[in-house]
Amino acid sequence: MRIELVKRPERSKLFAALSPFIALGLTLIAGAIMFSLLGKSPVEALYYYFIDPLREVWSLHELAVKAAPLILIAVGLSICYLSNNWNIGAEGQFIIGAITGSILPVMFPDFQSWIVLPLMLLMGVAGGAAYGAIPAYLKVRFNTNEILTSLMLVYVAQLFLDWMVRGPWRNPAGMNFPETRTFSPSAVLPEIWSASGRANWGFVFAIVAAVALWFMLSRTLRGFEVQVLGQSPRAGKFAGFSQSRMVFFAFLVSGGLAGLAGISEVSGAIGQLRPTISPGYGFAAIIVAFLGRLNPLGIIAAGLVLALSYLGGEAAQISIGVSDKVVRAFQGMLLFFVLACDTLILYRIRFVGASAAKTVEARQNV
Amino acid sequence: MKKTILSFAAAAAVMSFGTMAAQAATKACFIYVGPIGDFGWSYQHHQGLEEMKKALGDQVETAYLESVPEGADAERAIERFARSGCNIVFTTSFGYMDPTNKVAGKFPDVKFEHATGYKREHPNVATYNSRFYEGRYVQGVIAAKLSKAGVAGYIASFPIPEVVMGINAFVLGAQSVNPDFKVKVVWANTWFDPGKEADAAKALIDQGVDIITQHTDSTAPMQVATERGIKAFGQASDMIKFGEKTQLTSIVDDWGPYYIERVKAVIDGSWKQQDVWGGMKEGHVVMAPFTNMPDDVKALAEETTAKIKSGSFNPFTGPIAKQDGSEWLKAGEVAEDGVLLGMNFYVKGVDDKLPQ
Repeated sequence: MRIELVKRPERSKLFAALSPFIALGLTLIAGAIMFSLLGKSPVEALYYYFIDPLREVWSLHELAVKAAPLILIAVGLSICYLSNNWNIGAEGQFIIGAITGSILPVMFPDFQSWIVLPLMLLMGVAGGAAYGAIPAYLKVRFNTNEILTSLMLVYVAQLFLDWMVRGPWRNPAGMNFPETRTFSPSAVLPEIWSASGRANWGFVFAIVAAVALWFMLSRTLRGFEVQVLGQSPRAGKFAGFSQSRMVFFAFLVSGGLAGLAGISEVSGAIGQLRPTISPGYGFAAIIVAFLGRLNPLGIIAAGLVLALSYLGGEAAQISIGVSDKVVRAFQGMLLFFVLACDTLILYRIRFVGASAAKTVEARQNV
Repeated sequence: MKKTILSFAAAAAVMSFGTMAAQAATKACFIYVGPIGDFGWSYQHHQGLEEMKKALGDQVETAYLESVPEGADAERAIERFARSGCNIVFTTSFGYMDPTNKVAGKFPDVKFEHATGYKREHPNVATYNSRFYEGRYVQGVIAAKLSKAGVAGYIASFPIPEVVMGINAFVLGAQSVNPDFKVKVVWANTWFDPGKEADAAKALIDQGVDIITQHTDSTAPMQVATERGIKAFGQASDMIKFGEKTQLTSIVDDWGPYYIERVKAVIDGSWKQQDVWGGMKEGHVVMAPFTNMPDDVKALAEETTAKIKSGSFNPFTGPIAKQDGSEWLKAGEVAEDGVLLGMNFYVKGVDDKLPQ
């Protein structure tokens, strides 16, 4: 017997709306079973996972800190993926944006003025976009596979950052440790409401970017172009849309937003460059983009949910003493159920019996 | 259904009593950079926690977070501990230095202990570290005695002073036996990545080294050495069960005594800011049993260990030349701690260019 996925002729609107909730329900059930098997109270575990991080204001701030880069990168990626450009290298664009954005505070620490911060952000955007333009150029000019080139450029960026903080940009007063000098106050992205926590303007950028891209995708010709070229390049050609310009557009937007996320993270949350500045935001954002179904507004929700699962995982580790691995397994379950539910909206499962399979094969052989 | 309600009630009870219990016992909290199952750095810190828990019993309550990335996440993790009623927080990796100091400024009543760092910006931050280089010198002595090739392989993590210091101490130990001894270095650029560490070990063995030592935290190099039938040194913990016929000795980080001392100090209110750099003498650095070597080598290793432990000998005693041949320490001169803590040069005999 064989199992096949068959595309449904039309998707149910009802289940499309319900699917995230079904997925969440299934995750809760599976998670409860896992926690019981580990001898922990499932109710307590789920409480620490989903409720505890939302109870205190400082924790909400932390949620915003964690979600901001994910959302910012993911909304950019949604443009890429909708237009059929597979940018896997947001992590690299994030890092390069962080580096170019840090040029002023690291090389000219005495230049302190209100203009420093806006310049840093612009340079971060420019750096990320320029780095994103490399795979775009290679794709348009040489028809290379952008999945490979963008991914490999991630490693280049990581090693470049590593070299910078150990070599030319090492803090002269830092005992030879691999980090840059800490940014001067005028180079630090301010906190939104510093009395209550450390969420910075990066979160505001993320929301603004998401709303702006949502508007562009759903209300403008450019958004229509993205969708048409993504779904049918041929149709797009007939409509007079340029495929190569779309490649550049998608990579520049997503690279620029990843770069903005990078410099916001470094300036707002870390305060200096270090050998590693991202726990894989560029890759996690790919998950966020798909969790949010490539809709910028959905991505805001998805980014917050993923961030919550990180924070909740920490709370669960501390409070009920489950290991870090359990926490990640639980996170994996959440993603598995969400993607599985979505798959079942678009496809149905067909069990093909042995005899039926033979007929199919026989037919194929003819 | 009844059961669900019961566990609801239990959960609620746990939550409301949680804060009360915290007031009765002193709460000590730990943040690890790797998994506690790495059998290296984080594992050893966790062993220290267990030892402290055993020694102090009901007086102390503990919590830990493992695999906390250095960067923005660290600050949140530390702050979470400070808010959840911890009286003392141990942050056990260099990259937690600035987040530790930042959070310490916000929570003046909580004590913070940062391992391997140098910043103490607030009176409630102390730093601690161990002189692992003392053990590496002993390893160097053993390596030079046993190696037929006259070359040892060194799997290093990141070119920070701590690691460079270890490489230099190893070379100096080896040269005390064989002045022409060479060390080949591979930078794995990770603290914990069994795959990369194993590859580094294979690459070194293929280049003809017949002893390897590591400054990364997994047991992978030990296992590769066992497969290839050469000898190796363990790292951070006694890795003898991963190489019964392979391990010569291991530098064991024994954090237990320090953790007991410091948590006790919090309990009786005598905790003060300090900067501790303990070595063999203080019992922070312990050599695992000398195994898989002839008796004369063992005797020499024990003698060297005893000399360092008693304080009569310092591995960084001149004459020592830098890699380019220029003089670093004059005969009889001993390196200052400040220089060691910022070390960014090799001594003569290292077959590698220090990444700058």
